[in-house]
Amino acid sequence: MAPELGQYALVLAIIVATVQAIVPQIGAARRDAGWMAIATPAAQAQFLLVLFAFGCLTVSFVTSDFSVANVVANSHSLKPMIYKISGVWGNHEGSLLLWILILTLFGAAVARFGDNLPPTLKARVLSVQAMIGVGFLAFILFTSNPFERIDPAPFEGQGLNPLLQDPALAIHPPFLYLGYVGLSVSFSFAVAALIEGRVDPAWARWVRPWTLAAWMFLTCGISLGSYWAYYELGWGGWWFWDPVENASFMPWLAATALLHSSIVVEKRDALKSWTVLLAILAFSLSLLGTFLVRSGVLNSVHAFATDPARGVFILAFLGAVVGGSLVLYALRAPLLKGGGVFQPVSREGTLVLNNLLLTTACLTVLLGTLYPLFLDAVTGEKVSVGPPYFNATFVPLMTPLVAALAIGPMMAWKRGDLIGILKRLRFVAMAAFVAAVATLWAAFDISLLAVLGMVLVVWLGFGVLWELGERVKLFRVSPRESWRRARGLPRASFGMSLAHLGVALMVLGITASETWQEEIQTIMRPGDTQTVGDYDLTFVGAQTVPGPNYESLSGAFVVTRDGQPVTVLQPEMRTFTSPPMETTEAAIRSNFAGDLYTVLGEPDGEGGYAVRLYYKPLVIWIWLGTLFMVAGGLVSLSDRRHRIGAPARRAAQAPGDAAIAGAGD
Amino acid sequence: MSRKRQRLALVLIGLLFVGGAVGFSLMALNEELDVFRSPTQLVENGFPEGKRFRVGGLVEDGSIEKEGIITRFRVTDGVNAIEVSYNKILPDLFRHCQGVIALGELDGGGRFVAHEVLAKHDENYMPPEIAATMQGPGNCEGKMQMSSAKAVN
Repeated sequence: MAPELGQYALVLAIIVATVQAIVPQIGAARRDAGWMAIATPAAQAQFLLVLFAFGCLTVSFVTSDFSVANVVANSHSLKPMIYKISGVWGNHEGSLLLWILILTLFGAAVARFGDNLPPTLKARVLSVQAMIGVGFLAFILFTSNPFERIDPAPFEGQGLNPLLQDPALAIHPPFLYLGYVGLSVSFSFAVAALIEGRVDPAWARWVRPWTLAAWMFLTCGISLGSYWAYYELGWGGWWFWDPVENASFMPWLAATALLHSSIVVEKRDALKSWTVLLAILAFSLSLLGTFLVRSGVLNSVHAFATDPARGVFILAFLGAVVGGSLVLYALRAPLLKGGGVFQPVSREGTLVLNNLLLTTACLTVLLGTLYPLFLDAVTGEKVSVGPPYFNATFVPLMTPLVAALAIGPMMAWKRGDLIGILKRLRFVAMAAFVAAVATLWAAFDISLLAVLGMVLVVWLGFGVLWELGERVKLFRVSPRESWRRARGLPRASFGMSLAHLGVALMVLGITASETWQEEIQTIMRPGDTQTVGDYDLTFVGAQTVPGPNYESLSGAFVVTRDGQPVTVLQPEMRTFTSPPMETTEAAIRSNFAGDLYTVLGEPDGEGGYAVRLYYKPLVIWIWLGTLFMVAGGLVSLSDRRHRIGAPARRAAQAPGDAAIAGAGD
Repeated sequence: MSRKRQRLALVLIGLLFVGGAVGFSLMALNEELDVFRSPTQLVENGFPEGKRFRVGGLVEDGSIEKEGIITRFRVTDGVNAIEVSYNKILPDLFRHCQGVIALGELDGGGRFVAHEVLAKHDENYMPPEIAATMQGPGNCEGKMQMSSAKAVN
């Protein structure tokens, strides 16, 4: 029963979405308040219907209803409950349903919290949001029905890919999608503004919290995925420059640029058409990512759910969305009046630089990701683009970006004083110089990348703290006065400092773990001892242990440091029966100083086991850095000025203006 | 600076960046591309010694030999096979008749020394390059049939 109800709800949802896409749009053009007002309840109804469908699919998974093809293919009655639930989105159809659920959730949120938007803008935003909804609902109904029945129903399901049976991967897709799909709101606002023919600081103030929220989720999702790869795949790495990873990284780069350029629109009324374009591009890259991951055109280590027919559908949809919005942009962008003028050396100037570097970086990732597809289509030559390419293009672009990150926030709007700022940062520069010398001394094989990395870390890290210190006049007034000043600072500026500090910490983690990592791959017999980092690892042996739905070969290493016992690490090799598959469970001892990482490999048949041992200094700071960024986003989002309802006064004036501006359409 | 000139300057700088990045990226692409060769292509046309490339196919049934941490095996496309050696721990899904891709270069004796061996996360999935270059089942008949059928789905 549940599958039919779910299916029915989806059909109703597409009807509601179609109405929501058409009626409010016409209403906005005709200034018909009644027609426009349909958007709000429609957006909420659409969300509730999809939520209901999602609930129906979840019920099918939880009750192991093997008459549903999707459940058969991705679940198993013996699977732990959490993975029965996460199995709902651990496959193509279900993850698509999750995607739509989040899309409609954002639509409903705009409907709920957008009371201060000018009615025409709100109607148009929700209409555009519904158009995307129609596309995706059609996609799911025509190519990827999650409720398809199977007859006769088998007695048992095939189970979920064991690699996906992991807490991080259970929550990674929802976060990633909240980010991906959250960018649809910025997109809808951009398209609605183009239809309106008007972008102003108030517009930027509405868009920014949504972009910020999407960016936070995307940051979270990407770093969860990378942390999962680090501890679950057992190869000791955390980023592969795999096309699937790139697919989520490109929208992140674009969203980061958008976040910064919308500040310029908000504060200075400049860079409007660029910001609108960026909002369109960011969501287009989300869609491109979806296409790349689901179409089967990619040769990725972890592309799942691939099907060319679906690829054609998404490609057509992608073409319609990107093509349509770009045509609209070409027609309407010239109407957007330019705002404040600024000198190249100014806060605006540094934000433009930020945007140039981020979008260029995004472009190089795009090139590297699509080039193999392009070459295959044209010449039939199969090639792959690996980490060396991305490192070669990425490092030169990120270096000036990170360096400028310490300067930008100190820059004044309109006209800045670079020399003055550099003078103020002289102690920070000295610290960076000391870091360079120290790194050269420590990285004896003269790794220039390591020197560069550590210089950037110190420059940016201390730069951020210095800027904060100057703001609160630390040490120049009494600590009490500084504290009072700190409390008086806008939260958004704390958010920025936190996020920028996060970048520094991340660069620290990357640099240190890549430069000073120790790795041993060898055969160990019981009783053998190996030394990695400051630790001595003695292999005790390995034995077979049964697990809930797998059998495990569990090894044990006794870890000592200077003869003192530290811990016992127990890496496992698990063999699953349904589906038949082996996974590696690395045992990791993690702390702020560094990770001890052990992997158990196959027995060599003579009493020994292949093992892989790593010491990775400071590696955890990569993810703590991303956590700082997310925290920065949260703090910034909690700023009263960013609350969606804040610009009420402006909004009250806006409808009249919008009516005049929109009279031409 | 007037508004118009400012916009012009921004656009020009933007183009300069993008143009530079595309040029630089294409150069980097030229150097850092790893081409793919099937065992048959290697046997017929060879490949410059010491230059990095990728080879892929199925792990020939019964060809895996271990010597300490070093593993030697043969990668086949059903007609020809090439010997591969690898001195690290193999991925979880590495086994006989499984599709693999190895990145590395040829040594003097026509043997492929791999730096990296990839096997797919999903045992039913066959990388498209391998599916395209397979010319016969070799001695993996039956076991492979299932894989390639799934790969077409």
